[in-house]
Amino acid sequence: MFDEYTYSELGAIFAMQGFAGISLFSVLLLMALGLAIIFGQMGVINMAHGEFMAVGAYTTYLVSTLTESYAPAFMPYYFFIAIGAAFMIAALLGYLAELALIRHLYKRPLDTLLATWGLSLIMQQSFRSIFGAREVSPTLPDWLMGSYQPTDMIDIPLNGMFVLGLTTLVTLGVYYLLYRSRWGLRVRATTQNRVMSGAVGINTKKVDRYTFALGCGIAGIAGAAFTTIASTGPTTGTLYIVDTFMVVVFGGAASLLGTIISAFSIAQAQSILEFFISGSMAKVYTLLGLVVILMFRPEGLFASKIRR
Amino acid sequence: MNFVYERLMGGKSGLTGFLILAAFIVVVLPVTLDIFRLNLVGKYLTYAFAAVSLVLLWGYGGILSLGQGVFFGLGGYGMAMFLKLEASSPENTAIQSTPGIPDFMDWNQLTALPWFWEPFNSFTFTILAILILPAAFAYVIGAAMFKRRVGGVYFAIITQVVAVILTVLIVGQQGFIGGINGITDLRTLKGWDITSDTAKYLFYFLNCGLLLSVIVASRFILTSKFGSLLLAIRDKEDRVRFSGYDVSNFKIFIFCFAAMISAIGGAMFTLQVGFMSPSFVGIVPSIEMVIFAAVGGRMSLVGVVYGTLLINAGKTLFSESFPELWLFLMGGLFIAVVMFFPNGLAGLWKDYGYHLTDKLLAGRRWIRAYMSNMVNRKVGGGA
Repeated sequence: MFDEYTYSELGAIFAMQGFAGISLFSVLLLMALGLAIIFGQMGVINMAHGEFMAVGAYTTYLVSTLTESYAPAFMPYYFFIAIGAAFMIAALLGYLAELALIRHLYKRPLDTLLATWGLSLIMQQSFRSIFGAREVSPTLPDWLMGSYQPTDMIDIPLNGMFVLGLTTLVTLGVYYLLYRSRWGLRVRATTQNRVMSGAVGINTKKVDRYTFALGCGIAGIAGAAFTTIASTGPTTGTLYIVDTFMVVVFGGAASLLGTIISAFSIAQAQSILEFFISGSMAKVYTLLGLVVILMFRPEGLFASKIRR
Repeated sequence: MNFVYERLMGGKSGLTGFLILAAFIVVVLPVTLDIFRLNLVGKYLTYAFAAVSLVLLWGYGGILSLGQGVFFGLGGYGMAMFLKLEASSPENTAIQSTPGIPDFMDWNQLTALPWFWEPFNSFTFTILAILILPAAFAYVIGAAMFKRRVGGVYFAIITQVVAVILTVLIVGQQGFIGGINGITDLRTLKGWDITSDTAKYLFYFLNCGLLLSVIVASRFILTSKFGSLLLAIRDKEDRVRFSGYDVSNFKIFIFCFAAMISAIGGAMFTLQVGFMSPSFVGIVPSIEMVIFAAVGGRMSLVGVVYGTLLINAGKTLFSESFPELWLFLMGGLFIAVVMFFPNGLAGLWKDYGYHLTDKLLAGRRWIRAYMSNMVNRKVGGGA
């Protein structure tokens, strides 16, 4: 399939598809970070994770619409407010979901899967009732439009670069929170030994609740980032949920580095293959490759060396 | 006799439940419903095959498969390919640029039948393929996963990914397998019109017979030593392994058997509905099958049939009149079943229904005693 292209063309194709893949990588990574916290640290299978992303996306849309009608002069800057709002609202909803639903199911991981699937159905229908079945997208500020052209053949969209920057910041933040703060210490202690953590005075229930809320909040940020590259509909979340689970499982459930590398390789494989074969076959090959690799390394790329 | 009673029917309560179900689907429904509704019920009952397979797999084995739709779809597509080839005889497709191949291939500029369609000209091969191919596929997945001790959550996610892969593949390969529209316009089986009312009745009863046989076969498995081992694996896998059993082989077997059951359901679906499409293969139908099993009672072979019927009837009813409410209701049902009724309808029946029948029986006994007492007294008074 490479025969009909010259080397310089191939280079340009790889560079451009690579940068296109970076947008996908950013969204996948943001989604997967939240899921890795919830699934990797808490063992909860959150099938509604995609819907929390959609909450973030719809919040961004709402903030954009409100700004446009009430404070048009503020348009260039609203996106930062939107990111914050997306995080807060998704985290708040996650907090409530944990309070009402998840905390009763910690001992039954397969049942969390069903309950959160139910939650995702309810959320999808709520989106449809509130925002309509049509896809919506916020008016993006001007500085997010356009592209940067280092050579004639290569064309790098600015929104991709912005999303990449945002993702880097969030990843660093998560790293700091989980591995360098006292709160992260408590989360990791609770994951490793819940009873013992409780015995040394950690409020494990509170830790669970905030961990879940944080994971959902990051999904909200993913939603805000998502609006810059595609439009949002009620079923947007379900499109990404399986891919996100694959990212987390492939990377090794409890490893931050594994999650980053796996999101990058999945996004790039998908994006570069898409140029040469049809999009659906690219997806088939990517997922098939992942399943085969997981059959040989069921614990993922970077497994934490803990005896179960 | 004892073998039939204890092993195939599961004792007194199992026999009662089985007979009531058989009477309900074989006698009550055909008598009360017109053929259109009955055909609809027949369609729902094909999902019950998948729900029964999930009782074995999930309720007793503790293995949650989110890919039963894959096997259902393989069975359905196997049957659909045979019927489609029959429907695409050169006489029927004379207006196409290449007569004798299915219409969607002609629309996609294919000029010859792909190699994997050829064997489906034979009915015997098709039946064998429906029974064996899904089980063989399940064997490949199961062997790869269970031998490496992948289980629980990871298994659920991998089976889900397999469902996604298959759906995307079918949708993407329009020319080879019909794409998003599926395989449609299936009219005859060996020259016999399958859209007639007679055929629909016949398929309905065939479907009931197969479903009841599958339930009996599953009961046989569950009441055998293998059934006890399955429960033991669900509850303490390591201990079973340390007792010297090869846990993975048991899991692989039950996964293959479950796949075969689901595939039979899929084939019956195609026969009764007259088409097959990727929307019965992917994530959503697969998870819906799990919810049928959960609502009916994941530990009850008979209960899941009622669960399937109830949810599908509700879905049809609600999506006809209040489409917005249906998803809320369905979502709420998922949550309620998991949080409040983990054993579903069968569990509710066990907790409350039994007392009801006991009370009724006790009431009858009390009345009988009272009556005979009265009679005695009268007789005594007269003398």
